[in-house]
Order: sequence, then structure tokens, then C-alpha cells
Amino acid sequence: MTAVAVAPGAAPSRGSWWRRTQNSRTAYLFLLPALLVMAIITFYPLVFQVWMSFTDYGLVNLRVGAPAPNYIGLQNYGRILDNNIVIPNFDFVRILVFNLFWALSNVVIHVVLGVMIALVLNVNALRFKRFYRAIYILPVVIPPIIVATVWRNLFDPTHGAINQLINGTIGVLFKLPPVTLDWLNQPNPIVAFGPLILPLAYFALLTANVWLGWPLNSVVATGALQSIPQDLYEAAAMDGAGWWQQFKTVTLPFLRPAMLPYAIYGFVITFNLFYLSYFMSGGGPFGQTELLVTTAYRLVAEQHLFAVAAAFAIFEFFILLAITLVTNKLAKATAQFDA
Amino acid sequence: MTTQVAAAPAVVARPSAATQIRGQRGMPKRRQFVLQLICLAIAATVLFPILWIVAMSLDPRDISRPDSLIPPGASLAAYAKVMARPTLNDISFLRLALNSVAIAVVISLASVSIGAMAAYAFSRLQFRGREILMIGILAVLMLPAVATIAPLFVQLNKIQVGGVNLRASLIGVALAVTSSQLPFAIWNIKGYLDTIPRELEEAASIDGAGRFQIFLKVILPLATPVLAVTAFFGFIAGWTEFYFSSVFLTGNVDLTTLAMALNGMVGQYAASTPWSQFAAFSVLVALPVSVVYLFLQRYIISGLTVGGVKG
Repeated sequence: MTAVAVAPGAAPSRGSWWRRTQNSRTAYLFLLPALLVMAIITFYPLVFQVWMSFTDYGLVNLRVGAPAPNYIGLQNYGRILDNNIVIPNFDFVRILVFNLFWALSNVVIHVVLGVMIALVLNVNALRFKRFYRAIYILPVVIPPIIVATVWRNLFDPTHGAINQLINGTIGVLFKLPPVTLDWLNQPNPIVAFGPLILPLAYFALLTANVWLGWPLNSVVATGALQSIPQDLYEAAAMDGAGWWQQFKTVTLPFLRPAMLPYAIYGFVITFNLFYLSYFMSGGGPFGQTELLVTTAYRLVAEQHLFAVAAAFAIFEFFILLAITLVTNKLAKATAQFDA
Repeated sequence: MTTQVAAAPAVVARPSAATQIRGQRGMPKRRQFVLQLICLAIAATVLFPILWIVAMSLDPRDISRPDSLIPPGASLAAYAKVMARPTLNDISFLRLALNSVAIAVVISLASVSIGAMAAYAFSRLQFRGREILMIGILAVLMLPAVATIAPLFVQLNKIQVGGVNLRASLIGVALAVTSSQLPFAIWNIKGYLDTIPRELEEAASIDGAGRFQIFLKVILPLATPVLAVTAFFGFIAGWTEFYFSSVFLTGNVDLTTLAMALNGMVGQYAASTPWSQFAAFSVLVALPVSVVYLFLQRYIISGLTVGGVKG
């Protein structure tokens, strides 16, 4: 483009203006299908959603020729904040706190585990590397909905593989009575710290999601590790740096720029992870493992409270916006720290 | 074997002094043994749920719940049963799969074809409003699909095509999913196009090719990997789609999708499904996409790392 602009013309400024307009026209021709489709099925529904959130839109308004819903101001927003919704055990603050903790705890474990395993696989003399890499990628390739339903059955109190495995190993070794731990429904929370309540089901979900989540982190970490020039390690070793110091001064600075964006991406993905919560624990016990996304789904699928669901989605949008802004700031701050 | 071969050139390429250092520090047998144990333990945890579900699917005794980790004998009876009639309703596996494929193909084709054109504009053309549009698409990308379920339900419900409510149709579900899949497609393809050198296009443009010709004949062939991956992600989104189909298509048995049937197997009617059939169903749903994923893996991962480096 710049090459063309340099070319001699009668009136350079007017020529470049003409060219820009022409470029814009070409660009919008390329964009036309996407803009049309998104305007109809994405942006218009989103604007409509904002309007809906100020009304009492419900099942009665769905029928053809039904009266328009009434404008009720901020009532839907108030109902959500006051936990005045028919979903049993609905508590907005508790769900939000759990959801944030769920995403954070998962991502920390995924990244640490992913990096550790990538380091093991990166040891030069390790044999059968390709074999291990081929196996470790398997959780990534299985659809999450299958992962969730299979893990639900693995955690079944009487027929599940987890309890059978515990009974078959630790139980036999220490001659314990058979364990029939109800992982997904055990009612007494393990951790109850203010609004943060973690039932046993949380740990079951965490186990499943760690199984699902670390391999991709490991792949990303491996990519970063392989970009580190070997001489840096050799130089560090000659300077007498031990394993930990080599990791801190050579490995970590190379890992950070690759892992940080991926960790942020992982945080958002885990924050919105519908399948595990919905299919494994069903949000239970007492709605304690419910997430914002599963709640949004239930508001429409089970309660048919379209207007409340719209208001809820708008809350969700601002929460995600806040998360994006905070994580971007964090990413920038650590990048500057690096330089 | 292959690892040794792959490791060999690296050692040879190293200067002799460095080789000596490596040689001195070279891995003792005990360390190799410990690392192998760690790697095998990790492999066992990865494989355990997969092997368990495959073992369960081959359980020959048609009992509702398994009583051992490894069932005795093996048969494909559960597969036959689940192929013929996976749910309580009178609908075959093939019908479920075709419904899901119909949704998946629409999402896949729409998001890749429309997405590639938009991605080209964002990657290569300077135009007014570029920044604002890109931010708009990113903002939508951030929203989970569930967040638009209420307005899409209401809006699609208003549209009648040939006496059929668009909301209660496979195409309605496909449209709803495309709404969240298209921004991803645009962003993903744009990221790849940014890495294709511009010189190729400039050469074509000197030869007198127009923008659209360059796009079709130069860019698209070069972008085949990312197009395949994006199409595949679109396909998976449709193949395992749950939220929209479960809400939009309730009450219409003929339009049941794979994910809806799966929900029935673990939901409130779970007791009516023997686990061997649930397991067989899971394998049948997972296997086709898993195999394709493994084939495309190289491209998917290179796409991911490109995105990672670019931030």
C-alpha cells in the first residue's frame, strides 16, 4: 500500500484520499457478509437483550399477537441482587465468588502442572518422549461434554471407578471398610469461608478439570521451552547456576510471555465452563457449584424468565469486562517488570 | 527408537566442549528410571478414564450398573443397542447424528466462508472504522454463548418459515451457534493471515490481479491449515451443541441431537440407561471428532502458539 502511495500523481493528497476511499469500499465489500450476519444474529439480539432486561418479558409474551411486555425499570436487576429468584439456593454473591475462585484455582493448577510436566518432557535424554506426548494430548481431543458425563459416572458413590479404585488400593492395603463417598452430593462443605463455600463436589469438578486442562498448558509451555537457546543454559551452568537458578533466570523469562496470555485465555474459558458444572454436579449440592453460565442457562431453560435472564447476562457482561480489564493490566504490569 | 534418532543430530551439532559437559552431566540410569516412572504415572492418570469408559462399553452383561472396574469378556452388544435406540424415544443413533451433523455443517461452512472474507479485510486492508469493528468483534468473542440465549430465543421464535417456527428448527440452532462461532472464526483466521508475507500478494497485484482474485487464488490456498482448523472447531461446536438445542428443540423428538440424548443418559432418567450403553454412546460421539483432532493436531497447536506469541 505504501509503495503505491509513493508513486507520482497529479495531486498526491487527493490521490491518497481517493485510494483510501477505494480501499474502504473494497474492505467493506469483504466485510459485508460478516457484518450483515452479525448485525442480525449478534448485535441486534444484544441490543434487544438490553431492552428486554428492563421489561417483564416472559412466556406469555412469546405467543404470536401477544401484548408487549411492560416496562419495569431496574426490577430485574434488583431481583438478581436481592436473590429474589425462584431458582432454589440462588445467591448471586456466592455464585460470583465461587465462580471466580473456580477459575483462579483451576488456572493456577493447570499452569503449574503444565509447566512442570513440560519441563520433564523437555529433558534432553528422556526416552519415549513422542510416546508420552501422544498420550498426554488425549484429554484435549475429547469433547468436553463427554468428559463431563464420563467423570460424573466415575464419581458415582457405589458404582463409580474412583471409589472402587480407592477401595481396591488403599482399602485393601489398610483393610478399610468400603468407601461409598458421595463425591458430587455430599452436603457438608469442606471449606466455608464467608461467601466462599467449597463442597466436596468442587474438588471432584477440580479433579476432572485438571485432567482436562493441564495438557494444553503443557503444549504451550513446551513450545516456549523449545525456543530457549541451549547456550543460555550452558552459560548459566558455567557461571555455577544450580537447577533452580537456571530455571529462574533462563527458563522463566522465556515462559512468561507465552504462558501469560494463555493463562488469561484459560481463566476466561474456565470461568465460563458450562459442561462440568452442569453435567457432573448439576450445580449441587444446594447450588454450591453453580456458575454464572449455568445459572443463565437455567433462567431460560427451566424458569423461562427471559427478562431476568437478559438482566443476568448484562451483569455477566460487565463482570467479564472487569476481568478482561484487570487481566490486561496484570499482563502489562508483568511485561514492564520483565523489561 | 525415534527419540534417539531425533536426539542424535542435536548432540552432533553441539561443539565438542559442550558435548563433554553434557557427557559428564549425561543422564544417570537412576534419573532416567525416576523420570520414566513419573511419565508413566502421568500417562496412567490420563488413560484411566478413557480405558474405563472403553472397557465399560464392551461389558457383555447388560446390567444397569457395573460391579467391577474391568468387566469380564467383551462384546459389541452395547454398541448395537445404542445404535438402534439410544434413548427412551423412538429415534435411532443415525437420526441423532444426522441432526447434529446438519447443525455442525451449517455452523462450519458459514463461519469459515464469512469469517475468512472478514479476516482478510481486517488483516490486509486499511479502512475507516477498522479499529471500532475489531473491538466490537472482540467484545462479542468474550461473551459466552449462553449470554445471548434469551434474546435469540425470543427473536427466532418470531420468525415463521413455511409454517415452521425458526426457533424450533435445526437451522435456528445453527444460526444461534454461528452467532458466537463467527467472531471466533474471524479472529482465528485473521491471526493466521497476519503471518503470511505480503510480498506474495504484491507480486500478484503487479500481475494485474484484483483484490478478490488475490484473496481467492493467493490467500485462501495459503490459509488452508487455519481454514481447516476453524471449520473443524465449528463442526465440533455443532456436533456437541447443547444449550441452544436443548432449549430451542424441546418437545420435538425427531430433532433430538446427540448432546440432548447424552443429557438424558446422565440426567433425571439416568436410571433407565445401562452404563455400558452410556459408555458406548460416549465412545461413538467422541471417536470421530477425536480422530480428526489428532490428525489436525499439528495445525491446531501451531495456531495456538502463534496466538500466544502475538499476545
